[in-house]
Amino acid sequence: MHEYSVVQSLMQRVEAEALAHKARAVDRITVGLGELSGVDPELLLSAFELFRQMVPLCRNAQLQIREIPAAWRCRVCDTEISKGEVLRCKICQKPAQLACGDEILLDRIELEVP
Amino acid sequence: MCESCGCGDPGLVPVEIHERILASNDERAAHNRQHFAGAGMVAINLMGSPGAGKTAVLETTARRSGEKRLGAMTGDLATERDAERLKAVGIPSVGITTGSACHLDATLVHAALHDAPWNVLDFLFIENVGNLVCPAIYDLGQTANVVALSVTEGVDKPLKYPVMFRVAELVLITKVDLLPHLPGVEMEELYANLAKVTPGPRIIEFSAVSGVGVKEWIRWLEGLATGRSGKAAFIGGASS
Repeated sequence: MHEYSVVQSLMQRVEAEALAHKARAVDRITVGLGELSGVDPELLLSAFELFRQMVPLCRNAQLQIREIPAAWRCRVCDTEISKGEVLRCKICQKPAQLACGDEILLDRIELEVP
Repeated sequence: MCESCGCGDPGLVPVEIHERILASNDERAAHNRQHFAGAGMVAINLMGSPGAGKTAVLETTARRSGEKRLGAMTGDLATERDAERLKAVGIPSVGITTGSACHLDATLVHAALHDAPWNVLDFLFIENVGNLVCPAIYDLGQTANVVALSVTEGVDKPLKYPVMFRVAELVLITKVDLLPHLPGVEMEELYANLAKVTPGPRIIEFSAVSGVGVKEWIRWLEGLATGRSGKAAFIGGASS
């Protein structure tokens, strides 16, 4: 359950940003989670529900999760390799590389500023 | 909510961040990496399920690595039993007890670095908490990730835990001496499954009991020290 420690890091970052902007409250937090990030969206939401009670600025904040599907591509010819296939380009015979899908990102926050 | 009508509601200000949530761990990991590079040391993040044979791999390494100076940190929720096992075979070791945390992070590793003279080592093994999920997402500053997967765990583990196997520079298939007793375990299938979750996997079949793969494993470690071992360099000549 590393989602708790991920939310802890998230809250520290969000709180610091809110204080820097002299915000009254945090209204919404948007994060991007890759399919291969190892972070489960449902677990992240439940960890967030618990943690936001402990951060006064975030007490009424909403967490929005942008799920990012994984995509593998050939590093030479950029051909996409479908999920469940061997991760090697059939044309170039080179190992594929992950184009996206391992993100654990804080995209943006919306602050209530007086 | 309102900026224009004068009703007195505060304005909503969007702030674009676009940063990794674990950025502070990444910074500490980069700091550890500087320590390791400065000391000319190879650091291995050894991961795998509880009972995959991680400590046995290191015990065998100690017996077979000649003059190389090894050190270890072992992560577990409780007890320093693994560190004690490794000390018994001559590897200076520090146990990191995480309480309830399911993984090591860069801060825990950094703190443990201060507990021993790590800068005199050739190889530092960081034996992570036994877990096929969480340790994969925390950079510790390691030179390479190694995942131990024992044959008794079954051939479908890579498909079930793709996040872990994706980050492996090397997969050590452990306990291969047990294969004659496991008629359902087809190595071909295991290799095929690995190839679907990590590009060009580097795989060594290993047994702490029979000694299979030990030489190859030590050669791979030596290659890391001299910059020869990599993942892509071993995939049937398809190096990039």
